[in-house]
Amino acid sequence: MTETDFTGEEAVPTATLPLDAWHRAKGGRMVEFAGYWMPIQYEGIMAEHQWTRENAGLFDVSHMGQLSLEGEGAVEALETLVPGDIAALKPGRMRYSLLLGEDGGILDDLMITNEGDQLGIVVNGAVKWDDIGYLRENLPDDVTLNHNEDYGLLALQGPKAADALARLVPECTDMVFMQAAQATWNDHAIALSRSGYTGEDGFEISLPNEALAAFADALCAMEDVKPIGLGARDSLRLEAGLPLYGHDLSEDTDPIEGDLGFAIGKRRREEANFPGAARILGHLADGPPRKRVGLLVDGKLPVREGAKLFDGNTEIGVVTSGGFAPSVGAPIAMGYVPRDHAAPGTAIAAEVRGKRVPCTVAAMPFIPHHYVRKQGG
Amino acid sequence: MPRYYTEEHEWVDVDGDVATVGITDFAQSQLGDIVFVEVPDTGAELAAGGDAAVVESVKAASDVYAPVDGVVTEGNGQLEEDPALVNSDPEGEGWFFRMTLTDKSQLDGLMNAEAYKAFIADL
Repeated sequence: MTETDFTGEEAVPTATLPLDAWHRAKGGRMVEFAGYWMPIQYEGIMAEHQWTRENAGLFDVSHMGQLSLEGEGAVEALETLVPGDIAALKPGRMRYSLLLGEDGGILDDLMITNEGDQLGIVVNGAVKWDDIGYLRENLPDDVTLNHNEDYGLLALQGPKAADALARLVPECTDMVFMQAAQATWNDHAIALSRSGYTGEDGFEISLPNEALAAFADALCAMEDVKPIGLGARDSLRLEAGLPLYGHDLSEDTDPIEGDLGFAIGKRRREEANFPGAARILGHLADGPPRKRVGLLVDGKLPVREGAKLFDGNTEIGVVTSGGFAPSVGAPIAMGYVPRDHAAPGTAIAAEVRGKRVPCTVAAMPFIPHHYVRKQGG
Repeated sequence: MPRYYTEEHEWVDVDGDVATVGITDFAQSQLGDIVFVEVPDTGAELAAGGDAAVVESVKAASDVYAPVDGVVTEGNGQLEEDPALVNSDPEGEGWFFRMTLTDKSQLDGLMNAEAYKAFIADL
């Protein structure tokens, strides 16, 4: 066994999140992630993964950046940096979008919510400081960017999430996928959205740091709720076909290559006034040179990030994330292949430790999404 | 039959000139759910500290090193069908491979059970 499996080398001091002691008390194995100590697992990745698919899993995602934009012209200003139709977003609705660099490369993927008097933005923990710098540099002075570090973020995911959360916040049951609302719990102002990163129904709940532990305890006191670590979060999102920034998406990827064309609003396509519009709209019209695809792996050998992809003896692409998929019962992966290899059913191979592992390009998600899009529907 | 341990969390059972090698219970608990094990081919010549096998958990692939020099006589074929044996019985049915020892004196550099217990208590 390699020693680095057990002791990571620390270059910069690793920060602790408000629930650090809570995770340790629950038996969480803490690892360094995005500059924070975070629980990779409690009882085991496989069990936690299955628990979330069948019950309700509680994830601490307080490492993510919770930002807000306010001021005259905030919507128009944000639209200069993202390709989504933010102006069309009604109060209490949220949208997945992309922070784009000048050339149309993806600097981050994020969630934007119309909170009525302001825009809420949730960004990835690993790049939040870069995002904040980029936004500050590119937004006009009369738009104020706040970083709400006094709030933590929890995600409750799985088929029993709504019933569990309703015991604490009854109004959550009236919400649909990608809807957001304000509420109170034990006199704390909280914000929730019906969204997540597992493919299951579920909620993300933003609440003041001092209320996090009590709220997490109240949920985990329910027999349907268990804390879930980063390991299962990764296998769940992989099965759901959801890209992970810094792995499946980067500043070298544009939204069409990343298979995220849905994030480019119709009006925005017509106006063609977002960063990299020429490149992105060109790829949209003619097809991108390469595209993010799902891969079903033959056999049991996991194919992981960095594995090269081949058609015969020709190297054609690379795996950007992959591993064993507990709900599929086999290894799966995501990666980039040329456009002419992107059709589901295309047979290619991945190279793992000098061996060729047959793979088939597959439609994503690997496990169907279970979002609640309509009330009573 | 004496059992030896390495700082890389392998155990070695020695019976005459033949050694059986696996990973320790501590190692499997750190790795989590094992989903794939690649054992060395019969006849492979292993050098102490060199790559011998690969164990893949849900999360990551980890190398298993040869504890001492030797020639592989058998890989554990059961792990192909049931890699989770490494989790359920790491120091028994979940063994990785058997080898004939080239230089038995190398065993002197390994730990006994007591020393290994103290070693992991310090990690």
